[in-house]
Amino acid sequence: MKSLVIIPSPDFRRELETESGERVSSCIQCGKCSGSCPVFAIMDLGPRRLMRAVQLGLREEALGSNTLWLCLFCMTCSSRCPMKIDVARVIETLRHRAIKEGVRPADREIALFHRLFLAEIEALGRAYELGLGGAYGLLTLRPWTNLREFGAMLRRGKVPFIPERAAGSGPLFEKARKAGG
Amino acid sequence: MAKAFAYYPGCSLHATAREYDVSTRAVFSALGMDVKEIEGWVCCGASSAHSTDHLLALVLPAHELQAASEMERPVLVPCAMCYSRLKLTLLELERPGKKEEVGKALGKPLGKMPAVLHPMEALREEEIPVKRPLGGLKVACYYGCLLARPQGVVPGEDLENPQGMDRIMARLGAQPVPWPFKNECCGASMFLAKKDLLLRLSRRIVFQAQEAGAEALVVGCPMCHFNLDLAQRGTEHPLPVLYLTQAVGLALGLPPSDLMLKRHFISPLPVLKGKGIWPG
Ligand code: SF4
Ligand code: SF4
Repeated sequence: MKSLVIIPSPDFRRELETESGERVSSCIQCGKCSGSCPVFAIMDLGPRRLMRAVQLGLREEALGSNTLWLCLFCMTCSSRCPMKIDVARVIETLRHRAIKEGVRPADREIALFHRLFLAEIEALGRAYELGLGGAYGLLTLRPWTNLREFGAMLRRGKVPFIPERAAGSGPLFEKARKAGG
Repeated sequence: MAKAFAYYPGCSLHATAREYDVSTRAVFSALGMDVKEIEGWVCCGASSAHSTDHLLALVLPAHELQAASEMERPVLVPCAMCYSRLKLTLLELERPGKKEEVGKALGKPLGKMPAVLHPMEALREEEIPVKRPLGGLKVACYYGCLLARPQGVVPGEDLENPQGMDRIMARLGAQPVPWPFKNECCGASMFLAKKDLLLRLSRRIVFQAQEAGAEALVVGCPMCHFNLDLAQRGTEHPLPVLYLTQAVGLALGLPPSDLMLKRHFISPLPVLKGKGIWPG
């Protein structure tokens, strides 16, 4: 953990339990989640320590953790937790919370990917790999990294040059935004 | 009466995974089932919507569910990612107040929600008239995360050792191998943001399948397919990756144009020819 001064926020756990509908307080820190997690090696906290941070009300540590962004939502942790905590759901709730509160994402690349993906389906209604790959490459200032793969995909007709469109998802985004407040 | 489905292809099946789309339609029509695409469907939001916005993650799939319920048909969803989003939305809508909240956001109340099926579930129950048995081809069936988890989403499948695809493959004359990585994660949609991680995770899976003696992998997800196929480009002795519906189509004796087996990075032709089951 980064800071020496730890400021616990006692409401944090309660709010998170309500939002996620999961009882984080029943976590017994057995470590089965972290032991099963395919991405654990490159996480700062991993699911077990993240649950602990929530239990202790360590809001900054929890919301600033790269675990929220690296999680692949594979749900292995949730399916193996002996206390039947849906760990992936808790992580998802934390991520929504971090976005809402404007916490700087601990992994900027993944956050950018999600933003671009959503912008694209809002505009087109359907995903368009070539556009997404191009935009991602430009914005990360590394437009060439995936060129070989995209070339191979184009050769096999795996990605069309012209994006497919569907009307109707822009309004759905609008509606969700309005209803979400 | 013949079985009828509302078909939700999702974005991948119209682009990177066209062979999965074509082979699914061909197999279901060969088995006498009616598959009709939902008109004007939109992207389910995949991992990005639920990564960032709870309500949006429900509104996008609910729009599709609503359209299918108007067609009065269960939804057939070949993409395991879309399948999982739709199924999890169904579960979420059962939580108190959710159906009203999402219906309000959509601007029309949600009626009775349709059942959602993956081709594995639909084919598990189906009689398959095998014309071209798969010659004992050793296959490792890979379910990934989303055809096995979470509990209760894919009915009748064991979380740690799912069997649905293995049973179908055995009925086609293939030989499914037991192996330990059936439900390990392949790296999902991290291609752009974390390619090295994705390659590492996918190669582990291929390695385990090879260790178990498999000659091919069988999958039911365009994301898994893309990752496992891509991760083997330029490697020695790669394992071809088949879609479940391509394997079923082969056994049904469908022509090559219905299977599109030449679109993969790793060609399955040498293995299939070696077994005498290449239709070309
Ligand atoms: S598996 Fe469950 S109980 Fe064990 S550490 Fe993880 S969250 Fe806590
Ligand atoms: S859901 Fe996330 S935290 Fe849980 S095991 Fe998978 S990647 Fe790890």
